[in-house]
Amino acid sequence: MIDKSIIEETAEVLIKVNKVRAIEIVKNFINEGGNPLDLMEEGFIPGINATGDLFGRGKLFLPELIQAADIMKEVTDIINEALAGGSDIKKERGTIVVATVQGDVHDIGKCIVVSLMKANGFTVHDLGRDVATDKIIESALAVNADIIGTCALLTTTMPRQKDLEDALKSEGLKDRIKTVVGGAPVTPRWASRIGADGYAKNAQDGIVKIKEFLGIE
Amino acid sequence: MIIVGELINASRKDISAAIESQDRGVIQEIAQSQIEAGAHYIDVNAGVFVGKEPKYLKWLVETVQSVVDGPCCIDSPDPNAIETALAVHKGTAMINSISLEKDRYDTLLPLVAGTDLKVVALCMSDEGMPETTDDRMRIADKLVNGLLQKNVSIENIYVDPLVQPVSTNKMFGVEFLNAIEQIVTTFKGIHTVCGLSNISFGLPNRPFLNQTFMSMAIAKGLDGAIINPLDKKMMANIIAATALAGKDDFCMQYLQAFRDNRLDV
Repeated sequence: MIDKSIIEETAEVLIKVNKVRAIEIVKNFINEGGNPLDLMEEGFIPGINATGDLFGRGKLFLPELIQAADIMKEVTDIINEALAGGSDIKKERGTIVVATVQGDVHDIGKCIVVSLMKANGFTVHDLGRDVATDKIIESALAVNADIIGTCALLTTTMPRQKDLEDALKSEGLKDRIKTVVGGAPVTPRWASRIGADGYAKNAQDGIVKIKEFLGIE
Repeated sequence: MIIVGELINASRKDISAAIESQDRGVIQEIAQSQIEAGAHYIDVNAGVFVGKEPKYLKWLVETVQSVVDGPCCIDSPDPNAIETALAVHKGTAMINSISLEKDRYDTLLPLVAGTDLKVVALCMSDEGMPETTDDRMRIADKLVNGLLQKNVSIENIYVDPLVQPVSTNKMFGVEFLNAIEQIVTTFKGIHTVCGLSNISFGLPNRPFLNQTFMSMAIAKGLDGAIINPLDKKMMANIIAATALAGKDDFCMQYLQAFRDNRLDV
């Protein structure tokens, strides 16, 4: 078991977005011979969950969430390096393919979603914006994705999310790959109408849905 | 300052419900209250109704103009929906919007070519959303020149440099503001317009940020806004900023607003 004060501080550095101290904690922990995977599991993952929860409740705001995700990225890199080819901390949690649908060039929101997914330890393949339905499916199969997340920011591009559902159905992939849809004009009603498995109101909500699908607590 | 009242937008629940049930009263009341609050154009949007947009947009224009003398701002990327709505529109409408995205550009350009329509030129292209002032100027330059070549006069063009949230990049506000300044100095006689609430996305107390940003944009030359005109603080803020930016002769608009108790917010 890791010292309780360290666990508390890992959560605190994320919530207070103290990157310098976060890096110090990880380095000290590794130098003192601790297993960095324990620090990730017991400290940082619950910490980013708490951060996401505070964001969901309007106690933290987008710039803070973005910075917390960035701290997670740095910390993950340091830990992966320390493990030097040992068990990669990302691999166990699931693989997600993310894209903004064809005809739609918005991607700020998607980038936030992607960084938060990575911060939560998922393997994420970000296909970018304006991505054709075929390309999304092809990439998902290539990386053996568990989940496809698509984002549509325009009422005119929302139908592409339906195209994806139809294509997955006709290719018999619906039970292999779950889908989550999001974007400003997208609603839970739209998600259920087109047959998407989940609707994400915002980045943190997306994490919650993904964890549900993957059976992660 | 040209005010486009943004409230009749089908992405708002009460509006989409009124459209679906064809409730003229709800739409008319919102149109009227926006005009009374100082709106020059009433934005009409039926974008969430895939397949039914032309029919509903036409209905919105007819419904609004049955109680309001002013023009509408027809908010759609679909040339068919715009044409259907224009067919019943009285006066000179504003089209919101053309952009440099190829499909949108190619289909909307013939529709506005050689007309007196006001047209919003949104700084967006197939390469994505512009981030810097230069990105915006490159797009604006192509859009404005494309429109001028098709005999749209410069004073009918309203460039929207596209606001991006400052919560995701601290320079997004400044890059937008500098674009406003460059557009109004580069293209003499042109107008600029924007829906600016995106600036405060992801941050608390959004109305406060929106108002402050509006003042800064007016100082740089912004002369059009797509906003909620029932927001009294925002409207008072616009009147004050317009006077301070040297665009209110003898501050008469400001004084009028004071006498109407419109600054008392």
